[in-house]
Amino acid sequence: MSKARQSTGATIAAHAVLIVYTIIALFPVFVIVINSFKTRQAIFREPLTLPDSDSFSLIGYQTVLKQGDFFLYFQNSMIVTVGSLFFILLFGAMAAFALAEYRFRGNMLMGLYLALGIMIPIRIGTVAILEMMVQTGLVNTLWALILVYTAQGLPLAVFILSAFMKQVSDDLKNAGRIDGLSEYKIFFRLVLPLVRPAMATVAVFNMIPIWNDLWFPLILAPSEQTKTLTLGSQVFIGQFVTDWNAVLSALSLAILPVMALYVVFSRQLIRGITSGAVK
Amino acid sequence: MPSPIRKPQIRWHIAVFLAPAVLVYTAVMIYPLFNTLRLSLYTEVGQERIFVGLENFRTLFGDANWSRQFWNALGNNFWFFAIHMLVQNPIGVALAAILSSPRLRFSNFYRSAIFIPTILSFVIVGFAWKLILSPIWGIAPSMLDAIGLKSLYAPWLGREAYALTTLSLVSVWQFVGIPMMLIYAALLSIPDEILEAGECDGITGMAAFWKIKLPLVLPSIGIISILTFVANFNAFDLIYAAQGALAGPDFSTDILGTFMYRTFFGFQLQLGDPHMGSAIASAMFGIILIGVCLYLFGIQRRLRNYQF
Repeated sequence: MSKARQSTGATIAAHAVLIVYTIIALFPVFVIVINSFKTRQAIFREPLTLPDSDSFSLIGYQTVLKQGDFFLYFQNSMIVTVGSLFFILLFGAMAAFALAEYRFRGNMLMGLYLALGIMIPIRIGTVAILEMMVQTGLVNTLWALILVYTAQGLPLAVFILSAFMKQVSDDLKNAGRIDGLSEYKIFFRLVLPLVRPAMATVAVFNMIPIWNDLWFPLILAPSEQTKTLTLGSQVFIGQFVTDWNAVLSALSLAILPVMALYVVFSRQLIRGITSGAVK
Repeated sequence: MPSPIRKPQIRWHIAVFLAPAVLVYTAVMIYPLFNTLRLSLYTEVGQERIFVGLENFRTLFGDANWSRQFWNALGNNFWFFAIHMLVQNPIGVALAAILSSPRLRFSNFYRSAIFIPTILSFVIVGFAWKLILSPIWGIAPSMLDAIGLKSLYAPWLGREAYALTTLSLVSVWQFVGIPMMLIYAALLSIPDEILEAGECDGITGMAAFWKIKLPLVLPSIGIISILTFVANFNAFDLIYAAQGALAGPDFSTDILGTFMYRTFFGFQLQLGDPHMGSAIASAMFGIILIGVCLYLFGIQRRLRNYQF
């Protein structure tokens, strides 16, 4: 559509459609959050109004903070997410560098082997993963989750990062070699800083699925000490299903950290998706 | 300092760079995957694991009780997938097409807002919709009442006939941001010259969308379809969060993921059985493999990729 021909009518229609869909997308979150600040009566009497001085109440949050150990869950989620991202990025970048930089026998094959995991979900192997974690004594530790998420995230990380590493100029690396840098120093000092944007993209792609996963925490680390925030809120809500204040507050508390992450990283995430990194 | 002429020597650094990723990936992903396939050929008698060949699969497909559950879960899974393909992708394409129109104000805001449900966990989404659709709270009926459609309301998640479709639509609501973003990116990468050439030939507006843009983003739609397929056929979290491991009412929302979880871990009176669980996992593996191969060899080859 050229500028001249784009009529006002079409623009208004476009905005109307987008506004309606934005409301559909945000409405449930909005309803949950506003009602978490209300008294029980107000939740049922007027679910769609904002809390006022009469209906305002923090009773739900008090129950949640008293009953559930949400700080511990939050801490566990942080450790698992940050730990997994660290290993995905470090190991993924190292492998991607080897595949992108050196010609050696089996390079192609190794690339294909590592790429298999992009399409095949790791959940299929759950039975054997649990058995292995039980045998190695890692069950009910955060290490079990970090290992699983690292393995799950590596294939896509290697795929994306090696595409970027192929673009790093050979002259730069060869200059480093002439100056006597070892291959390790070339990787850590020269190449890694140059692919930082791609690393950020990989991190953002992996962060949200790891933070939100319910399956592996439920199976590998369900103990009270190792519950992640997602599993913790699921169990908590299941127990308090009739206490609407507590359930709504727990949901709001679970929404909060993801929204904070999203606000910080949304630009990176959207740029990552739209730059065609996923193909 | 290496000599300028490389002698054929073992370049250890390559091994060092590759080793951590390959070890973790092999030990935690590939080996368990094959071990699960292997375990599906065993069963446990007393405390011992014995090899029984394809017996577990014979039970899964032959035994009336098991096969009824399996085909129910598989059928539900296909319905779940069909709704995603028929609702999620068209809405995603439509939103992307609107968003990509030039000089649209606030498009960044719309894009970020519509993507928000995608970043929420299934637990939040499942419970939030359960509360909103609940007849006790009454948000859904009173909203329908406001537009005069109260008669349409039913406790959708509690009715066998509607529960699966409702949950599929909730999942569509959650994930519509992904096709929207990918198609949006594909639409932006179409060069202006092509659209201008179309304009010279009198192809504008809707015609330009159907005749020029849509064919050019077909490869992206193909990628989205296979991603949706894989995600749907190992889905579990949403059903578990909203309906529990029993996937009620009366197993009407049971899909392969919940079926495998129940079989593996057991529920109520039934004991968990890792070997039958492996058999179901193997069946899921087979289904996903068939889907991915059909895409790679059947669909992707026919889609022409245009390089600009």
